[in-house]
Amino acid sequence: MSTSSVTIFARTFILTLAVTGLFFVAACGDPGSENGSDGDQSVTLRVAVDPVAKAREINEILAAEFTERTGIGVEFVIGPSSADERLTQYLQFLGARSSDLDVYQIDVTWPGMLAPHFVDLGSAFEAETAEHLGELVENNTVGGRLVAMPWFADAGMLYVRTDLLNAYGYENAPRTWNELERMAETIQAGERAKGNADFWGFVWQGRAYEGLTCNALEWQVSHGGGNFAQRDGRVAVDNDATQRAMERARDWIGTISPPGVTSYQEEEARVLFQNGNAAFMRNWPYAYPLAQAEDSSVRNRFTIAPLPHEEGPSAATLGGWQLAVSAYSEHRNEAMELVRALTSAAAQQRRFIQAGLIPTRPAVLQAPEVGEAVPYAGQLSEVLATAVARPSTATGDRYNEVSTAYFSAVHGVLTGNREADEALGDLETKLKAILGR
Amino acid sequence: MKRWGLAAGILLTVLLALFPFYWATNGALQPTDRLFAIPADYFPVPASLDSFRSVLSDASFIKALRNSFIVASGATAISLFLGALAAYALGRLRVRGRTFLLGIVLTMTMFPQISVLGALYETLVRLELYNRRAGLMLSYLVFLLPLTIWILTQFMRSFPIELEESAYLDGAGPLRIFVFIVLPLLAPAMATTALLAFIAAWNEYLFALAFTITDQARTVPVAIASFSGDQLHQTPWGSIMAASVFVTLPVVALVLALERWIVSGLTAGAVKS
Amino acid sequence: MKLDRSALASRHQKLAWALLAPTLIVFLIVAAYPLVRTFAVSLTDARLAGLSEAGFVGLANYRELAGDRGFREALLNTVGFTLISVSLELGLGFALALLLHQKFRGRGWLRAVALVPWALPTVVAARLWSFMLVDTYGVINDLLVTRLGLFDEKIAWLSRPGWAMASVIAADAWKTTPFAALLILAGLQLIPEELHEAARVDGAGPLQRLRWIIFPAVLPAVLVALIFRTLDAIRVFDVVWVMTGGALGTEVLATFNYRQMIAFQRFGYGSTVSVAIFVLVAVFLVIYARLFRLGEES
Repeated sequence: MSTSSVTIFARTFILTLAVTGLFFVAACGDPGSENGSDGDQSVTLRVAVDPVAKAREINEILAAEFTERTGIGVEFVIGPSSADERLTQYLQFLGARSSDLDVYQIDVTWPGMLAPHFVDLGSAFEAETAEHLGELVENNTVGGRLVAMPWFADAGMLYVRTDLLNAYGYENAPRTWNELERMAETIQAGERAKGNADFWGFVWQGRAYEGLTCNALEWQVSHGGGNFAQRDGRVAVDNDATQRAMERARDWIGTISPPGVTSYQEEEARVLFQNGNAAFMRNWPYAYPLAQAEDSSVRNRFTIAPLPHEEGPSAATLGGWQLAVSAYSEHRNEAMELVRALTSAAAQQRRFIQAGLIPTRPAVLQAPEVGEAVPYAGQLSEVLATAVARPSTATGDRYNEVSTAYFSAVHGVLTGNREADEALGDLETKLKAILGR
Repeated sequence: MKRWGLAAGILLTVLLALFPFYWATNGALQPTDRLFAIPADYFPVPASLDSFRSVLSDASFIKALRNSFIVASGATAISLFLGALAAYALGRLRVRGRTFLLGIVLTMTMFPQISVLGALYETLVRLELYNRRAGLMLSYLVFLLPLTIWILTQFMRSFPIELEESAYLDGAGPLRIFVFIVLPLLAPAMATTALLAFIAAWNEYLFALAFTITDQARTVPVAIASFSGDQLHQTPWGSIMAASVFVTLPVVALVLALERWIVSGLTAGAVKS
Repeated sequence: MKLDRSALASRHQKLAWALLAPTLIVFLIVAAYPLVRTFAVSLTDARLAGLSEAGFVGLANYRELAGDRGFREALLNTVGFTLISVSLELGLGFALALLLHQKFRGRGWLRAVALVPWALPTVVAARLWSFMLVDTYGVINDLLVTRLGLFDEKIAWLSRPGWAMASVIAADAWKTTPFAALLILAGLQLIPEELHEAARVDGAGPLQRLRWIIFPAVLPAVLVALIFRTLDAIRVFDVVWVMTGGALGTEVLATFNYRQMIAFQRFGYGSTVSVAIFVLVAVFLVIYARLFRLGEES
């Protein structure tokens, strides 16, 4: 007794639909997600930010005050902690012209790449721009349009173990790279003789990633080699100064820097320094409050200083984050007001004192009450004065290609895979090709 | 001799499989400054439960655990069901172009995930499934369906066909045969497939990152990725390690539950009769 | 009553298509569009943020790919990685499956333990391994150098060309061997106990049983494990990206693809790389098909 094929087909199909449908129904017990407005006047802005805990706290407070003052709601959308991944997320939204996000927190190297998606803040913020770090405002200006307002800054600096300096008879932090090398060697030998076999003189970020571009730029500029790409399209890597800089760094590895330094990022260097296993460290300001914490082995035994130099000036690669308004936002004016509030002098001061987020307004950093609340504010000012921006805006949406070529070449030299002159020569050709395309 | 070999094998397996996990647990129990001690600290004494506490008290992490569970279970169930149907069709019933169909099914997962991201995102938005667990489940079928179909098809082929033929002779329709004879025989394969599919869905990161934006649909791997220290650049090692412990427990429980289905001898009696 | 095979066959055809319909529908909805679009975009010079301004460039991207030294390097690294890691995983997986097949108390627990590596999210596992492999404070060096004294100096695992790739392969194999083991175990479980008994009675030793009973029986399972591990190995991304960032000879096709497509925003060229990955997978699959005579009916 066989049933007809149509019946079989129908039964199977219905069974499948039923089962599958059940699961979808179960899953669709999702609450509706739409952006706050139910047709009434209240607007809720969505701001894409990083997940840093201390920042979240102060951001919530500032946002609440903003909402109370203006009636505009603010919702922070927390992204993954990796900047790369946040960029991927942003590209997805911006590429789809999504109106889901109104304000974006963008890295200092992204304006050139993302400029077409953001609103020109130039006219609305004309008064404020003069109060921020010139380097940053310039960095955020693409084709005459100010695509983002500076929010907080970052700069590379030298951390120095003052107790070890004293122990080994040194007065001041090293001014030149030669000095640093000598001091590091002596201190390292001394500490190892005392039994700490894993002590190293100088730790930094040598992995093949954007952080190496930051370190290498500092070496290059401080040796007089200039920036590796300029706004007018010039490329400068194949010169003696840069070669000397790269070779010097290469010679640190295995002598005053651990061989694994070419796989280190910020955290690896920080924990070595913080646990008392390094005399000098190049890192961002974030390490300061951590190294000064109660559970740190180097609490009260270190200080910060501008990085050493040789023939050129001291250089601190500029980092930091900016706030941009999406061109696809449905609440542009409200978003701009929020940006104004978050980047105001008062907001930046509170963010610095409470969360250590460095203001992009030099006046705030130099204010007396700030200096009282945060003792190292003065030293930070000194470091920021040597700030050098990466050529991201100059190279526009080719920046990642340029930076990747740069740090790959440097990494090759550091790991001993390539000779410096050859690597730099190839790099120059490659950079010209990328920028010429 | 055999017993020594067995014991050695067991010991080696436990050591190799669990050492990194032990190290993560050790890291979660150590106070932060001992995590990077030189020489390494193997025994977390005194133990600090801070990392575990901070992870458990994180409401969005708990939500993420729940979401992961729903999405992974749902995606596994759907892909198992569809996979079993398709495997029966491809493994038993003579279909023209069977190899071609198996190949087509495989192409779903032959591109690197990053390439299909943009297009899938558009599709989900159009279906209004963006940032919803159902949408994530649907996107997971891209790599789960090929897996379930292939595993079950292969296992279906290794069954003797006599069982089904005798059932046909007795007058049973193909669906009855499927439900009452084939499915029970497939139990070990189904259990295995369920496990593998569940874990694949549980651990999936890229699609979850791209297709969810708030914690209503966010899953555990994305939640872990958004763990952050107090400061920029800081990695919250303790929390990440504590979270990894939590992430693994449900899977271990699932394995223990499904494990008795992966037993031998299920076919033995059937063949005889 | 004789079995009417031809009527049965045609009814089976219809039923088969009915059963396949849901899968094909899902395929059309979720997979067809991305697949087709990737092929289409690979023929343009599209950039990531401006898909609508893309211009048709024909096969120019493919020509550029053929001459791209970075691509060739990534291709070689990927093939090497695939061959080594898949062999390792299948070999170890088979051994592990045999172990987990034996009858002993606590077998269920051991099976759960063996699956733990597979249960960890890939990015977490990769970070864990990176953490263990740091030269100064990593536990691997601590064990090998400080505690056991097997080496004189701490090794910078992720800073030397050969060791970097070896570390990546080790982390990947650690994580994915349980996948192969579980599949093969399921295959082992399907062998009726009587077969083993009969063979033993006939005087067959363990190796002979391995060759004539076990191998043929687990072949389907091994094939699936082989296919999916190869698929994953060719597309490996997280382990490499987290542990080395693609430096020191570990750049693989997926990291190269990510760089081109996302970091450099060259969506068109990146899609071309995706197509190349697709083709590479297809090549491996065809080779496997030939080896295992997939086309034949059972």
